[in-house]
Amino acid sequence: MRRLRLAVCALALLLGHTAGATAPGEAAPDFALTNFDGHPLHLADLRGKLVLLNFWASWCGPCLEEMPRFSAWQRSYGAAGLQVIGVSMDDEAGAPRRYLAKHPVAYPIVLGDAKLGERYGGILGLPQSFLIDRRGVVLARFKGDADPAQIEAAIKAQLHAP
Amino acid sequence: MSTGTRAVVALLIVLAVGIGAAGPALADHKPASSIPESALVQPADFASTVTASGAPGVLVLQVGFRKAYAQAHIPGSEYVGAASDDDGLQALRQRVAKLSPQDPIVIYCGCCPWRKCPNIAAAYDALQQLGFKNVKVIYIAEDFGTNWVDKGFPTAKGS
Repeated sequence: MRRLRLAVCALALLLGHTAGATAPGEAAPDFALTNFDGHPLHLADLRGKLVLLNFWASWCGPCLEEMPRFSAWQRSYGAAGLQVIGVSMDDEAGAPRRYLAKHPVAYPIVLGDAKLGERYGGILGLPQSFLIDRRGVVLARFKGDADPAQIEAAIKAQLHAP
Repeated sequence: MSTGTRAVVALLIVLAVGIGAAGPALADHKPASSIPESALVQPADFASTVTASGAPGVLVLQVGFRKAYAQAHIPGSEYVGAASDDDGLQALRQRVAKLSPQDPIVIYCGCCPWRKCPNIAAAYDALQQLGFKNVKVIYIAEDFGTNWVDKGFPTAKGS
């Protein structure tokens, strides 16, 4: 397990998907927000699950390209312990709500703010995703046009780890 | 149903499935690659002109998203709004309304990888249409964090 975690971290480092204050091996900053369905979402409550935390915005083309894939992963791997969370960095909730009404996803969405972005090492470009292990530790940070096969491989490796 | 009609129906079904498989329609925007190279400035080159209080004599405008600007921006630069939407473009036009066409303006975004940025070409085009002759665009290949903040260039925080 430990070897696997180290391998995922090393892979992320080699591929240049790390930066900022929240790097692999550090605890993911906790947050408690209300999701777009009106339910509380507390990151700490997801200990025991593998979390893919995705920062996006409704005007961000590459973000919208990723989301159907994340939704499919939630459906495929949710039972094995994956939980995808979307954090919209839109100015307000109106635009992402309108987008999601037309293109629903199978995971909860919250509205983030600059403070949350800073706590995650600066969300200064989109999309960005963090893979967080079952103990709440960041395994990898994926910025911009990340290779979906690489993200999925990291997810599967964690889900199948003993 | 005739053979011809069946063929048309089959073609329509294939097209419908193909469009559906393509996923959600993404925002239609002019690509950043449409901006002429002569208008581009590299981050390191521009950073060398920036002090803690900004770039002297130049209006610098961020045309990306507010939450990024609040986290980090070029000192002295102003947030005008995402140029990919009408409100952002309107704010941009209002901000430059009283300027002379010869006044130097630098715009930057860095919201997304350059080739997929929905804002920067829209802002550049708007300034061209308004007749501004000295518009430069900071070429941010990946995002503002990677190509500016992580390079250690001058940065300010807050909205």
